[in-house]
Amino acid sequence: MASLRTTSRLLAASRPMFRPAFARTYATVEPTPSEQPKMKTFKVYRWNPDTPSEKPQMQSYDLDLNKTGPMMLDALIRIKNELDPTLTFRRSCREGICGSCAMNIDGVNTLACLCRIPTDTKTESRIYPLPHTYVVKDLVPDMTHFYKQYKSIKPYLQRDTPTADGLENRQSPEDRKKLDGLYECILCACCSTSCPSYWWNSEEYLGPAILLQSFRWLADSRDEKTAERKAALDNSMSVYRCHTILNCTRTCPKGLNPGRAIAEIKKMLAV
Amino acid sequence: MFSQKVVQQSMRRLAVQQPFAMRSMMGASPVAVALGKNLQTRQVTSSTKTEDPAQILIKQRLARPIAPHLSIYKPQIGWIGSSLHRITGVALSGTLYLWATAYLASPVLGWHLESASMVAAMGALPLVGKVLLKTTLALPFTYHCMNGLRHLMWDLGRGLTNPVIIKTGWAVIGLSVASALGLALI
Repeated sequence: MASLRTTSRLLAASRPMFRPAFARTYATVEPTPSEQPKMKTFKVYRWNPDTPSEKPQMQSYDLDLNKTGPMMLDALIRIKNELDPTLTFRRSCREGICGSCAMNIDGVNTLACLCRIPTDTKTESRIYPLPHTYVVKDLVPDMTHFYKQYKSIKPYLQRDTPTADGLENRQSPEDRKKLDGLYECILCACCSTSCPSYWWNSEEYLGPAILLQSFRWLADSRDEKTAERKAALDNSMSVYRCHTILNCTRTCPKGLNPGRAIAEIKKMLAV
Repeated sequence: MFSQKVVQQSMRRLAVQQPFAMRSMMGASPVAVALGKNLQTRQVTSSTKTEDPAQILIKQRLARPIAPHLSIYKPQIGWIGSSLHRITGVALSGTLYLWATAYLASPVLGWHLESASMVAAMGALPLVGKVLLKTTLALPFTYHCMNGLRHLMWDLGRGLTNPVIIKTGWAVIGLSVASALGLALI
């Protein structure tokens, strides 16, 4: 150990004496020296597939909020960097566009990167994986079925006829406007896994996220398979397990409205 | 082995703290090339006796727990109100079926469920009992009716925004409690 210190000091002579040995990431903030530590407890759902007989449990971690970035993802990254490298979660873009870090934070599904850490240090924050999903490890849910359902609605433009000039499939600005609030969905599955109907019927009910995408293709003026798409949805399970509980609309971290999209599908099927 | 580790570790720290100093060191030094240390080597840590990864995955899938749901989701007016709608609906129709069946069966079983005896039984109750009994019957009814109006509005595709959902949810609770008390005090 002694030789290690000497070598590193020789190589990096100018660095301060007591700098922590880990590399500082954006999740860790250089603390202001005079401030009192603001310790907050984070309780995180843990389950390890290597010891499947052990029940899932909540593990506590204490972090000083002065040294932590503002978002829940910062806290999780800091826990992984500095307290417990075995903590497992998905994350990628840290700005709410990839949808990887979807999880249940303080009882509500959201993206950890868009969720501020509540500054109240008296109450603990509880972090769970997306509700009623199969847990792969810790906060990582199994999304296989969700993606299969997405594939099942044929989420791509379907046309038989070529355009008049053989170029792009053009669309009027008004028709394009109909896709606003639909195309922004990042498929993070926050809405689907907040839906009690989807909890109980996820095998057959498509769930809010996939239905929003269904409506995105039903509403597209360029798509020519509207009748087939409607026929595929017109059964008791695909759409009609929606009982307008509207947890989806309440929870969407992108501010979209899956509840309204489903209502529009129901109207289309009724007419 | 140890010395190699020390050099590696200090290089890593240097890279973190002074990336500019690293620039000149990026290429392998002639000494390293001469000693054959210019390529990064890594110890083999995994055992050769591994199971079929697909089998490991299948075993893991069978053991996966389901993430907690109803018990951990934050109570919100939306889904609590919706579950109340379902519960009151089941309770109301259940009561109706039970009552109707009992009424049909009463002559055979010798029960007195005809209007005159019901009025007499109700009249015999103290005032508090009357109000309590009526409220218990009226509240599920008023709640289910008013929330039903909210559902009809949604089926028309209206009022499907977060502020409206929350406001109408609380409005239905307030109105149904008030009207149930009104019915109970008649």
